[in-house]
Amino acid sequence: MPDTPTPIGVLSSRPESPDDAILLDDVSVARGPTVIWSEGTMTIPRRSIVAAIGPNGSGKTTLLEALLGLLPIATGRIEVLGRAPRRGDDRIGYVPQNYTATLGEAVRAWDLVALGLAGRRWGLGRLPPADRQRIDTAIGAVGATPFATRRMSQLSGGQQQRVAIAQALVGDPEILLLDEPLANLDLRNQREIVDLLARLRIDRGVTIVIVAHDLNPLLSVLDGAIYLLDGHAHYGAVGEVVDEELLTHLYGTQVRVVRTATGDLFTRSAP
Amino acid sequence: MTALGAVSFQSDWWEVLQSGFMRNALIGGCIVAVAAGLLGYFVVIRQHAFAAHALAHIGFPGATGAILIGVPVTLGLAVFTIVGALAIGLLGKRMSDREISTGTILAFATGLGVLFNSLATKSANTITNVLFGNLLAISDDELLTFGLIAAAIVLALAVIARPLTFASVNERVAEARGLPIRALGMAFLVLLALVITMAVQVVGTLLLFALVVTPSATALRLTARPAMVALLGTAIALVGVVTGLVLATMFNLPPSFFVVTVVFVIWLTVLAFTPAHRRSAPDAGKPRSPALP
Repeated sequence: MPDTPTPIGVLSSRPESPDDAILLDDVSVARGPTVIWSEGTMTIPRRSIVAAIGPNGSGKTTLLEALLGLLPIATGRIEVLGRAPRRGDDRIGYVPQNYTATLGEAVRAWDLVALGLAGRRWGLGRLPPADRQRIDTAIGAVGATPFATRRMSQLSGGQQQRVAIAQALVGDPEILLLDEPLANLDLRNQREIVDLLARLRIDRGVTIVIVAHDLNPLLSVLDGAIYLLDGHAHYGAVGEVVDEELLTHLYGTQVRVVRTATGDLFTRSAP
Repeated sequence: MTALGAVSFQSDWWEVLQSGFMRNALIGGCIVAVAAGLLGYFVVIRQHAFAAHALAHIGFPGATGAILIGVPVTLGLAVFTIVGALAIGLLGKRMSDREISTGTILAFATGLGVLFNSLATKSANTITNVLFGNLLAISDDELLTFGLIAAAIVLALAVIARPLTFASVNERVAEARGLPIRALGMAFLVLLALVITMAVQVVGTLLLFALVVTPSATALRLTARPAMVALLGTAIALVGVVTGLVLATMFNLPPSFFVVTVVFVIWLTVLAFTPAHRRSAPDAGKPRSPALP
């Protein structure tokens, strides 16, 4: 039996596939009277790694907040794993921006990851062995075992980011939302975090949305990007998004897309 | 004879220590030390020492106002600090950023305290007690009240310890995970108000920091295990109160001075002999990736 092709332009009437992790249907979001972006219509398949890009203030963090149910949308419909977004959805792991800025010297990496699993439990009592095992597993999965008992303030930026991801991961989420996880990291640490995310997708089948300023460190693992342009939210596969004209428009400065002889793709701002 | 000549060793200190008012001072002081030590952990991890400071100031007119209208000082303190706690909670944690308006409000509260005191009595004694504490004035009734308040604090903390920790160190994540972070913040501030209501009567509004914040901050230099910080912080507060009282009896001087001094000396010693828990050098020993041209 031949497949019925999906006609372009009637996305909103398409029954969502269970393979979609995230679905937006003509969504607009606002803070008070100010509309941040609108006409957001897209589907993001499960197990994809997607960047969210756009200039400062274009609403990248707002997008994550809408997906988390922290910010009610103004119009349209969002479905995350087949349900409307709501706070406390255990199927979503979240690493906010500047995650470690407010931590001080008080918290050890292990305890922080433990909060990701048991931080909502009322009452005292030691964590059962099964939970401690899960915490150790999540810490192992991000390669944080060697510094698990150290204080967050003693870790490097890359190590802190690993711990933050372990905390988001410890509840076995199906979606990871990361806000600027590569900010303030040097190239080696950026590379390692990106490799880690690629591995998590393969090993655990998680869908990953990464708010990013710079596409370059992510290009090797990306399936597509949500780009916030002129007050609208769009989604494009990586081949469509990594486009000189689009990126130039997006960042408001001349951008070139370069493909090296070995097939590596990167963007740079033109002189 | 100089004023310093008045400082002398009291050979009968052991008998004095066994008297009724001393017994109340010891028990009351220990109750407050336990509550302050436990809550102190959250004051430190929330980086909210400022709230303790502010609530102590707000409590001052509460205490003198209570004397003015003839109700128990504990009641006046509790009403003012709890209302103050709710106000701070509504204004948000960032109130500490608004230094000028906050400082102005606190100055006004202190002025109000002076007015109430002047209307109530011409004696400077009450005001000294509120500002610097008077552990030796704790009555049997107050002891019972302290016991009940401390029990309520310990119980409430036992219930909310984990979610409050989560909301304190990862507010954004905790909110996304569905925790009522505003309500938790409010609950914390009300518990803090209750601790301060008691602690003001031990060390006074001006020295309160030494009992509510310093012990936990000191403990945190030694360990970062949450339960250990809470235990150690409580232990330091207890040592401060008990040693302070004994020394005060030995030399017949105000307990507040000795309580604060003991805590101060422990803090200074720990500070001198423990490293700051910061990263020594960024990725020391590993080659740094060069910046892209």
